[in-house]
Amino acid sequence: MNKKSYLPFIRIVKISERSGKDTIKIRLVAFALALAAGGLFTLFLGYNPLELYGTIISGAFRSKMAFQATIRFMVPLLMSSLGVVLAFKMKFWNIGAEGQIIAGAVCASYFALFHDTWPHFLLLLVMFIAGALGGGLWGLIPAYFKSKFDTNETLFTLMLNYIALHVITYLRDGPWKDPGSSGFPKIARFAPNAQLDKVLGVHFGWIIALLLVVLVFIYLKYTKHGYEISVVGESKSTARYAGMNVKKIILRTMFISGSICGITGMIQAAGSDMTLASSVAGGVGFTAIIVSWLAYLNPFGILLVSFLFSILEKGSSVMQSTYGLSTYFASVLQGIILFFILGCEFFIRYKFVLGKKGGR
Amino acid sequence: MRTNDTNYAIELKGITKTFGKVIANENVSLGIKYGEILALLGENGSGKTTLMNILSGIYYADEGSIYIDGKEAFITNPHEAIKLGIGMIHQHFRLVEVFSAMDNILMGTRGRYSKTGALKEKILEMSKKFGLEIEPDKKVYNMSVSEKQTVEIMKVLYRGARILILDEPTSVLTPQETAKLFAILRRMKDQGNAIIIITHKLHEVLTISDRVAILRKGKVVDTVRTKDTNERQLAELMVGRPVSLEINRPETTNKKTVLNVVDLSVVNQDGTRGLNNVSFKLKSGEILGVAGVAGSGQRELCETIAGLMEAKTGAILYKKENILGKSPDEIINLGISMSFVPEDRLGMGLVGSMDMVDNMLLKSYKKNKGFIIDKKPSRKLAEELVEKLGIITPGVETPVRMLSGGNVQKVLLGREIESEPNVLITAYPVRGLDINSSYVIYDLLNEQKKKNVAILFIGEDLDVLLELSDRILVLCHGEVMGIVDAKNTSKEEIGLMMAGKKMEGVDSDE
Amino acid sequence: MFVKFLSAAVFAGTPLLFGTTGEIMNEKAGHLNLGVEGMMAMGACAGFMAGFFYDSIIIALLAAFLAGMLGALIYALLTITFMANQNVTGLTLSIFGVGICNFVGEFMLLNSPSNTLKLPEHITAQISNLNIPGLSTVPVFGPLLFQYNIFVYLAALIALICGIYYNHTKTGLNVRAIGENPGAADAAGIKVTKLKYINLLVGGGICGLGGAYCSMIINGGVWMNNPVNGQGWIAVALVIFASWKPYRAIFGSFIFGAFSILKYYFPKTIISLPNAFYDMLPFIITALVLVITSIRKSKENQQPASCGVNYYREER
Repeated sequence: MNKKSYLPFIRIVKISERSGKDTIKIRLVAFALALAAGGLFTLFLGYNPLELYGTIISGAFRSKMAFQATIRFMVPLLMSSLGVVLAFKMKFWNIGAEGQIIAGAVCASYFALFHDTWPHFLLLLVMFIAGALGGGLWGLIPAYFKSKFDTNETLFTLMLNYIALHVITYLRDGPWKDPGSSGFPKIARFAPNAQLDKVLGVHFGWIIALLLVVLVFIYLKYTKHGYEISVVGESKSTARYAGMNVKKIILRTMFISGSICGITGMIQAAGSDMTLASSVAGGVGFTAIIVSWLAYLNPFGILLVSFLFSILEKGSSVMQSTYGLSTYFASVLQGIILFFILGCEFFIRYKFVLGKKGGR
Repeated sequence: MRTNDTNYAIELKGITKTFGKVIANENVSLGIKYGEILALLGENGSGKTTLMNILSGIYYADEGSIYIDGKEAFITNPHEAIKLGIGMIHQHFRLVEVFSAMDNILMGTRGRYSKTGALKEKILEMSKKFGLEIEPDKKVYNMSVSEKQTVEIMKVLYRGARILILDEPTSVLTPQETAKLFAILRRMKDQGNAIIIITHKLHEVLTISDRVAILRKGKVVDTVRTKDTNERQLAELMVGRPVSLEINRPETTNKKTVLNVVDLSVVNQDGTRGLNNVSFKLKSGEILGVAGVAGSGQRELCETIAGLMEAKTGAILYKKENILGKSPDEIINLGISMSFVPEDRLGMGLVGSMDMVDNMLLKSYKKNKGFIIDKKPSRKLAEELVEKLGIITPGVETPVRMLSGGNVQKVLLGREIESEPNVLITAYPVRGLDINSSYVIYDLLNEQKKKNVAILFIGEDLDVLLELSDRILVLCHGEVMGIVDAKNTSKEEIGLMMAGKKMEGVDSDE
Repeated sequence: MFVKFLSAAVFAGTPLLFGTTGEIMNEKAGHLNLGVEGMMAMGACAGFMAGFFYDSIIIALLAAFLAGMLGALIYALLTITFMANQNVTGLTLSIFGVGICNFVGEFMLLNSPSNTLKLPEHITAQISNLNIPGLSTVPVFGPLLFQYNIFVYLAALIALICGIYYNHTKTGLNVRAIGENPGAADAAGIKVTKLKYINLLVGGGICGLGGAYCSMIINGGVWMNNPVNGQGWIAVALVIFASWKPYRAIFGSFIFGAFSILKYYFPKTIISLPNAFYDMLPFIITALVLVITSIRKSKENQQPASCGVNYYREER
């Protein structure tokens, strides 16, 4: 008999799943703990966390302009999260939203830069379609190889992000370089005719984004396509068994997922940046992954989380101007929040038990 | 010294184990001596495997204590169990497929790792002692099931186990291989080991064991000496009431060939041969049983007929029209409606995380007109099934993975029968079900047979195959060894065919 | 010129080699860790800052290793003990790691008088290229073998040790068993949780060292934001290219290093391509590698079978 075994030990025990109320409670506690952990980190750097959090919230809401800026932060985040959620429901690890945003922005920018004399709404419509096609096709590439050869989509979509990024630098340094800019290479500013109109002080992208929330929700929950996506996501062999064309579903879903991201790129370029900048995606595609996961892949949850995150983004830019702290604080805090939420899921299904002698 | 009559090798006292709300074992007490073979008899779901997993450190009991050689032991993990001399051969082998036999045996043991001959010699020498045949350098993925089992046994012996637990070891073996395994077990017993064998097959209990402990619903209901008991008494103890273990075989007339399978060959995705020149006729009003060691081509056969796998050569004829390569719609237009109950219920036939309503949709969502799905018909169907088949569930909105095995199968089979097929393919439909549920399934199949449905029944328990089927087709390595009349054959004959002996011309065709 | 190119390829491939070896250690133990970029970033930050303040290569390396390990600890805790989704946890670790690296970097810049951070002289000398009299000056072999900095040799050494570990030791065999089939490993008496933690943490530490190379060497000892800049992701892909074999990782890393510096050495007189194309090249090649390896699948040389799947012993 080993003496060590007499010592108490910790073991993990599965529990019958908790009620909805308990689940929400656990998640809220995790969220609070995450904020506390983030606060501890700033305390360690010599700042008052309460003051910082206060600055973030007031920074996002202090004026009409600030709030409009917050919404501007939210639109791309919300839209690309809705894009990736389609793929995630299918358990297709599309982390290429970044690249798909860029692809959409590039295609739309072509018309904004070289056909800016077209009638305003025709031009915007064409840009919209171009953005959707660009993002969609960029998303189709990994989907094709996934469905044909089972190529690892996680890394493939990721590589496409970097490739897309360098496409912009190529255009910026070469064919699309603004002849008017001296030395520093950049792409010309869009003509006003190619810019999105404003509604209530923010470009009308926010209306499209809100519309998409409802559309994606209905698409996933009530349509044949949505049903197919969830079956493929749960088990490809069940999908095959039910006579579904799995390849077609993967291609179709990734096209739509990429399209939504592509539209995001078009809106970002024509509504926010007014040009094609290499920072058009600016990490939004990655944050979208965190957002959709925190929202448990629910479109309305995504609306809520992306709103919270854009408060954080806007607020941390105010924090930067007030305290000089980097805006990267936002991604640090976002990471911490997701870490805690990921960890808390455990307590919904399992518990720790201190095993005593013989388990009695 | 260890074989005296008073001292137990293992003694379990008051073991209780729960999973969430499910009580797997309740206040179980049990003892086994060295030099003894104890059979642990019980239906599927009676808690046999859970109990033995507690002994081997996979699970940890909520209550109760374990004594090894008279001393209390706390088996918190498998490592601890091995140190105490307990070795378990799991029903689903715990082997690393890409490792050689030797690496599988060596992993987790003490001592240096070298690929030289000395260790190999030791393994070969040990295997000779017990009459085991083993090729140390063969990779597990190249092995047959009985070879894999040999590696499992060797693994346990190499770790110096004196208490061996075997979980349903014969379920994957032919009758001849079973006899060989039993010979090995007897030899181990004679060398003073304690052996526990988990099974639900009564005749095996009577052949191999010295004592029988019977488990029902997680409790030990009785322990009897094998020589003082018989099949009927054991069956009664196991089920809890007098049972007739006979399966009906209703006679039908008007058998007509529905599907004529001709020279069907299938190649798997990894390039291995799945089926080779398989030919047979599937007739209406008949259950055609398929026997064979696991992995003999059963899955390929089902999936090819169901149109999920592509055939390399051959044809499946319906009234002289080849249905291979036709879309499901085209097949239905020809007048065949096919239903398939696959082996992997929650991984293929159903979606475990979805509720019954959504699972009903799997078969019917395509018929929905328009883009939006109308769930009302499937809700109605789900509610009907719950009523008709007595499915026990909190509601049609509960994810099906939360249901018990028998109820999951009722959902699946119910949905498939509901589409009124004329061809029904079922793969291992009673695997993992208790006796009651199994009989419900047999009855459902016979009912379909009486409705003139042609049924292909892939089975593993030869006793069931012999009683339920009209004819039995035996597969080995993807080839048909013969088709025999179930009333005029024996287990031994089928066993030999499963191992590769061809029987020509036994088929009683037209 | 060609010798110079090869030696530059080795320099450029070194951070990849650290990252690849670290990720191999993760995947062999059954954990697909997409957090390499993050762990490297954390190592980059910690290594540089420790070097900046303590002016000692030993302390810098130690700090980088520990920081990578800290990132790995978050990942290991969440995926091994709390059984969280490995993909999401890894991605989050990458976002978090890069975020904290840049955040701390900017914080330090803010608090430095000249608004620049440059490593002090003593440590710069320690991490400069080797110069062994007699050996380093031998033509061809000198620059190819004896003119690197300490990181390069360390990376190769770690990869070699790692190869021996998995191929020739009992512990290595046990870890491989865990990655293939944790249930089988557990039943065979292998301490699954303990070994997973050890391998993941050490792997993270090695990634951290790779990060330190990025921040301390590539920019000549001056702090720049985003020092790792996607190398961690290439490392994850390189694991596939190396088919989970540490020895092959050495060659793979140097080949990828060569692609990433091609733009400085490819004779522009033959074909003149835009710079952006060369910058894209490593990523295009990686994508091609992914496709090619997925087309020709073999039973051996595959990802460990249980990679990406968490293990819970009492799962029924």
